[in-house]
Amino acid sequence: MKREYMTTRDIVGPLMLVENVSGVTYGELVELEFPDGRRSLGNVLEVNEDVALVQAFQGTQGSNPSQTKVRFLGRGLTLGVSRDMLGRVFDGLGRPRDGGPEILPDKDVSIYGSPINPTARDFPDDFIQTGVSSIDGLNPLVRGQKLPIFSASGLPHNQLAAQIARQAAVLARSDDPQKVGEKLEGEFAVVFAAMGITFEDADFFMSELRNTAAIERSVLFLNLADDPAVERIATPRMALTAAEYLAYECDMHVLVILTDMTYYCEALREVSAARKEVPGRRGFPGYLYTDLATIYERAGRIKGRKGSITQIPILTMPEDDKTHPIPDLTGYITEGQIILDRNLHRRGIYPPVAVLPSLSRLKQKGIGPGKTREDHADLSNQLFGAYARGIQAKELAVILGEAALSDDDKAFSRFADAFEGEFIRQAEHEERSVEETLTLGWKLMTLLPRTELKRIKDDFVERYLPDMEG
Amino acid sequence: MEQGRIVKVAGPLVVAEGLALSRMYDLVRVGAEGLMGEIIEMRGTRCSIQVYEETEGLGPGDPVESTGAPLSVELGPGLLGSVYDGVQRPLDALEALTGAFLARGVTAPGLSREAKWAFDATVTVGDRVEAGDVVGIVQENKVITHRIMVPPNVSGTVQDIASGTYTVEQPVGHILTEDGSLEDLLLMQKWPVRVPRPYRGKLSVDEPLVTGTRVIDTFFPLMKGGVSCIPGPFGAGKTVTQHQIAKWSNAEVVIFIGCGERGNEMTDVLMEFPELVDPYSGEPLLKRTVLVANTSNMPVAAREASVYTGITMAEYFRDMGYNVVLQADSTSRWAEAMREISGRLEEMPGDEGYPAYLGTKLAAFYERAGKVATLGGPLPEGTVSGEDASADKAGSERIGSVSVVGSVSPPGGDLSEPVVQNTLRVVKVFWALQDTLAFQRHFPAIDWLTSYSLYLDKVKPYWVENVGTEFRPRRDHCMEILQRESELAEIARLVGVDALSPEEQILMETAKSIREDFMQQNAFRDDDQFTSLAKQDRLLKMILLFHEKALEAHAQGAPLKRIFTAPVRERITRAKYSEEDQMSVFDEIGSDIETQLVGEGLKVGDAR
Repeated sequence: MKREYMTTRDIVGPLMLVENVSGVTYGELVELEFPDGRRSLGNVLEVNEDVALVQAFQGTQGSNPSQTKVRFLGRGLTLGVSRDMLGRVFDGLGRPRDGGPEILPDKDVSIYGSPINPTARDFPDDFIQTGVSSIDGLNPLVRGQKLPIFSASGLPHNQLAAQIARQAAVLARSDDPQKVGEKLEGEFAVVFAAMGITFEDADFFMSELRNTAAIERSVLFLNLADDPAVERIATPRMALTAAEYLAYECDMHVLVILTDMTYYCEALREVSAARKEVPGRRGFPGYLYTDLATIYERAGRIKGRKGSITQIPILTMPEDDKTHPIPDLTGYITEGQIILDRNLHRRGIYPPVAVLPSLSRLKQKGIGPGKTREDHADLSNQLFGAYARGIQAKELAVILGEAALSDDDKAFSRFADAFEGEFIRQAEHEERSVEETLTLGWKLMTLLPRTELKRIKDDFVERYLPDMEG
Repeated sequence: MEQGRIVKVAGPLVVAEGLALSRMYDLVRVGAEGLMGEIIEMRGTRCSIQVYEETEGLGPGDPVESTGAPLSVELGPGLLGSVYDGVQRPLDALEALTGAFLARGVTAPGLSREAKWAFDATVTVGDRVEAGDVVGIVQENKVITHRIMVPPNVSGTVQDIASGTYTVEQPVGHILTEDGSLEDLLLMQKWPVRVPRPYRGKLSVDEPLVTGTRVIDTFFPLMKGGVSCIPGPFGAGKTVTQHQIAKWSNAEVVIFIGCGERGNEMTDVLMEFPELVDPYSGEPLLKRTVLVANTSNMPVAAREASVYTGITMAEYFRDMGYNVVLQADSTSRWAEAMREISGRLEEMPGDEGYPAYLGTKLAAFYERAGKVATLGGPLPEGTVSGEDASADKAGSERIGSVSVVGSVSPPGGDLSEPVVQNTLRVVKVFWALQDTLAFQRHFPAIDWLTSYSLYLDKVKPYWVENVGTEFRPRRDHCMEILQRESELAEIARLVGVDALSPEEQILMETAKSIREDFMQQNAFRDDDQFTSLAKQDRLLKMILLFHEKALEAHAQGAPLKRIFTAPVRERITRAKYSEEDQMSVFDEIGSDIETQLVGEGLKVGDAR
């Protein structure tokens, strides 16, 4: 069967319509050879009788209908995976980018993966200590979770993600409170996928990883701002395919950082627009939710396997707008979100985590006796409630003046300031154990009247509330 | 069977030709692997097929085979406790076949062919039976008696029948129909998912679905056979609220459809339900539950089918005379699946790209809920066990109900979008989750000002009979206080609380008490997650008593600060955690309120 054609009819944006083909299947990988001899990869988006619609990953610049060779490769887009990928840097389509040799793959795997059977999933409930109080104390991350960072341009999301990647550790679980909190050593790996970010941002991550020697345990897939946009559609899938191999076949705990999902979605929109599909909100295709789900849902744990995949996707919200389709749909799929706040950032507070709208949906399962400490849940609830009330009191003070506040409201307002200044604020290289975070939380509790500690069980208050005189 | 060939593949949509004898919504097998698909459009000699599995690798020329039957579910013993995907493939069986990841082209029957069930016949040879009549029972587990019914559209005389042990495929007997043919009586029936199962007649709803969640039961009740909608921007606690209803509501059977939602959340349900003890029977909750799990990364066409699969199962249990609650989480994902398929069909879009028939489909789905008089005669003696909650129905007309709780996930929390708007046109109860409440950690974050229930008048006779004549007036009084609070809060925000009159300040304080001591409920706290209607009434009574006595005390000249800091307030706060069987607590609190807020108790300085 003839597998090479020069029968392209139309070229529209990144898409090519190829005629008179036979035996072509949906999703098939395609190699394009341009008139100047340049080669590019693509895949089949649609096949209708003898006409195939091909998406070119490296764009269509330099191609023309009559001289471009289109070769159908008879297989889907795959990634050759191996343990040797650790420590290497690849481009957005999984080809070495660091000048090193090709990988000798253990096997070739389709980058689209298969959905995990819901009955085979194991529920994520191992607390990950990130060493960041605003996360550990209030919105804890657990192993197997997908917890995105909703950021905006000009905010330090890269620093925060790098800090998490550097400090993340799983704590020992035990019925003996004394033993809880010891860091567990285990095979740990970081898979980093860059989509459309600048060289500078990518370089920041690489040097952070290098400084801690974590680069040896990392796999990087880089599609930078000046790389072809359509290639970005494959990049996160490449990264997750590598992550799945490391997690489920090499028993490693993999942290996957995907940045920036906004550029990924825009690439998807570009292809959708070129296909003249009916757009959904803001021009994004109607299947954006399903498409994002096939990426995010690849986080998790599987019963009977040691490894796990924890995802931290980063996305920048256009105009700081949380209701934009990208953060909105992401929030519906992921298990919570860490939202960064411009006001906190302006006031010089790092990490500028907007505590109130941030959420970790799995925290109930990851904390408590045997995992962190018995008072963790109650304390975190109380901190939330008190901070929310403090913010309200401060808003009131803006209108009415400080003097008009009741004694209680004044206490809450002071609490809110201290909470932002001491609890949320920490240095970029400061690692706080969960014990330290909780102690800090209790210290702040002394600013409040004791009768207001309604969300904490009485005996925890007895046990943990420091003496104000002391 | 008729065989055709593929001409076009575009994502989950495949176009084939050569299937002229097939009908709309017939099930087909696509490609060499036999992927499941359904015909959703026919034009000339070509038909469009939505495929329930990943279509990568399919191409023009590949075979398509028609099965000649529409997508159907298998209904019979073995349903309860099962976990299915959107087209009723048992997920545990698939795991056994292909491991942790779902592979393509794998299939397994909805009901196990090996499992044997002990069947007790309740009719004898020569009996005349109509469609829906109960011919015997299978005690599926300690909680649910599976009533084996004559399938709809079959009737005649029992030719032979025998108690014994059967698989779902072995006939337990035969029915001689009017036209002289002999029908097998099986433990299992099949029913096409897109066709509502027939019933004798629809009835008006008259009994509440008690959920144990105070703000729902008291303020915005749902009825058995009713429909409700929970919207919620993400993070507002929608899922927790739904799980609470599944765990605690007084329906006998729970169908939970995870439609396009998170895998880990589904796992949470899968791991939690077997451990949860059903408060009504002491058995694991899973024994009265069917789960349909089609997570967001599973094929989109199967997501479209999953709500029909779920509601057909619900109707089947309803036909046995049970009360069923069906939760669909989330119908927005279902609508999006429709939109995606519609887009691939290149249909002319309506609002925001949704198909023009969105409203019709949503309404038709919700209309399959309801309280009905089922087909078939009353439940015969011996088919209703003592523990059965519907025991009182024996000997009367057989009544069952399906209540639907559909969640919607409006983008950006925007309630004006098409799915929410079309849903609100058909549902009677609206539990408006608010993320602002969630930020304040007010859970369940159901906004009392925008939520509504149109069942208040229908539930009133039940409340009068089973809770007390004062419950409704108390509830209304509290709503009035909350409504007034929202007006006063505006003023207080502008000029300060002190500018309000003392009576108004007392009202604000009572409203706060209603919010904190009644509405706020901790789903993760054993002593708080379920509250009976009787206790809800006592809580309201207590809060209103304090309100009344506070006003009296103020009239007698007691200072407000003294009233608001009365020691009994501490007890009021903790009252919701009191044990269900210790209602005497409320009498004590009541007398505390009397003594502390009246006369001597309030005198400044010389109280003791």
